[in-house]
Amino acid sequence: MAASRPRVKVPKSAAKGEVFQIKTLVTHKMETGLRKDKDGQPIPRDIVNTFTCDFNGKTVFTMKLEPAVSANPYIAFFQRATESGEYTFTWTDDTGESVSETKSIQVG
Amino acid sequence: MTQQRSTSLTLNRRGLLGALGGGALVAAGAGMTARNADAAPEDAAKWASELTGGRNPVDDPRVAIDLPPIAENGNTVPVTVTVDSPMTDADHVTKIHVVAEGNPNPGLCTFELTPACGKAEASTRIRMARTQNVVAIAELSDGSVISGKKEVKVTVGGCGG
Amino acid sequence: MRRYWTGVPGVVAAVLLLAATTGAAQEGSAVYGDIMNDPRIKDHIVGDKHSGYVYATVATRDMQEDDFKNPAFTWVGLAEDLWGAAEGTAGKSCADCHGAVETLKGVSLGYPKYRDKTANMAALEHVINECRTERMGADAWKWESDQMLGMTAHVKLQSRGMPIDVAIDGPARPFFEKGREFYFQRRGQLDLSCNMCHLDNAGNMIRADLLSHGMGNGFPTYRLKWQKLGSLHRRFTGCNKNIRAEPFKRGSEEYTNLELFVMWRSNGLPSEAPSVRR
Repeated sequence: MAASRPRVKVPKSAAKGEVFQIKTLVTHKMETGLRKDKDGQPIPRDIVNTFTCDFNGKTVFTMKLEPAVSANPYIAFFQRATESGEYTFTWTDDTGESVSETKSIQVG
Repeated sequence: MTQQRSTSLTLNRRGLLGALGGGALVAAGAGMTARNADAAPEDAAKWASELTGGRNPVDDPRVAIDLPPIAENGNTVPVTVTVDSPMTDADHVTKIHVVAEGNPNPGLCTFELTPACGKAEASTRIRMARTQNVVAIAELSDGSVISGKKEVKVTVGGCGG
Repeated sequence: MRRYWTGVPGVVAAVLLLAATTGAAQEGSAVYGDIMNDPRIKDHIVGDKHSGYVYATVATRDMQEDDFKNPAFTWVGLAEDLWGAAEGTAGKSCADCHGAVETLKGVSLGYPKYRDKTANMAALEHVINECRTERMGADAWKWESDQMLGMTAHVKLQSRGMPIDVAIDGPARPFFEKGREFYFQRRGQLDLSCNMCHLDNAGNMIRADLLSHGMGNGFPTYRLKWQKLGSLHRRFTGCNKNIRAEPFKRGSEEYTNLELFVMWRSNGLPSEAPSVRR
């Protein structure tokens, strides 16, 4: 997977009940498996196939990706603030490798 | 057309090479269209049907797809799907499948939502092989399946380096 | 020197290129027309100079404007980590000499720059590699490596929004002239020079592409076509290949002189690196 860290934007704090957006970026080539190399051999598929977002240990958002998701996937979604805690974001690719990032939020 | 233009001017080696170059560009463009025309709306419908367990989606204005009217490059097309839903435990969107009608493979992605999302909206960026429709199919907590559709025009650049 | 020399063969090639898909061009212009109504372009037009931003679609501009949407920022993140990491025989990091990266605010605006030491022009990449090999005792980075792209983006980001300001007088002059000569030199099987697209036909359609002024103020840029961050020299390589000319090496004297000419053309435009372009 990528050498660089994923980038995640979560507000540091939010009011209870507030709905806010989370934006994520990760570096990955998202090789489709449809391309061929110089010798005409197919380049094996290697994409981030799953993205999950857990909040305080519970999965709150998941994305299944197909090869048609662009390289360096951008994923944005919403959350409703209920309590302070920690978000864990995990990207898993076809090689089984995964990368994670955590962000905490203060709600009150 | 290319023949006429080149013979109407003095033809020399450089002019000929230029003319050949121009012809090759047109040919390359035509080849690209032919190669990409290998998926159809039926494939997309079949794919969607498999994902939703055979439940046919009903067109519904609650599903909105935000796509640029024209994508200047098909590699990275921003897409946002919004479903008008209260996102409560009793009434929420569980899944949003995003499907392409003109890509080599119809699948784009599936967002799996929970009431914790607060708002049924998700964004990503997708690869579009050519001008085509993008379909979003939302599964709701009451078991119903609704969908929306939007076209995106994809330009094939003149150069691009 | 041949400047603006437009003989018959070149006209044939240019006419063929521009006429190849007139229909698509017209359809494209109608859509591209909207992009001129975006108030954001004001900051990207200085006098008669247009940044590539002006020729990007609204969706691409949105991607550039948001540091959490602009994919180039994962490369910047990589460079943030590299900045403080000691490497090489001297056991030094960038931070050991430069302190915080913010101290380099404005520095990138003057590159390429003439240096007595090497008696030629140095691009930012050359200087970064000099730091690595001479001060850190580390290996040079490849021009188009993730590390080099990330570091140039990281350094240039400190000058975001500030006007490009390269000097072409004094010892830089002969290199500037070489760069200009390159710019107006027709080359390749299509027999085109840089100016034929980016000066004489800027704003016109070439098939479904809108020709830009060919400015360098956004590089390194995340190109949608490349699906990654890339250098200005990579762009030169692509342009040269398109006109079926043999490209020069990235970091070569030819491309560095051309970069000087292109950056001089960009003087006054805001530094946008790392930008997003088609």
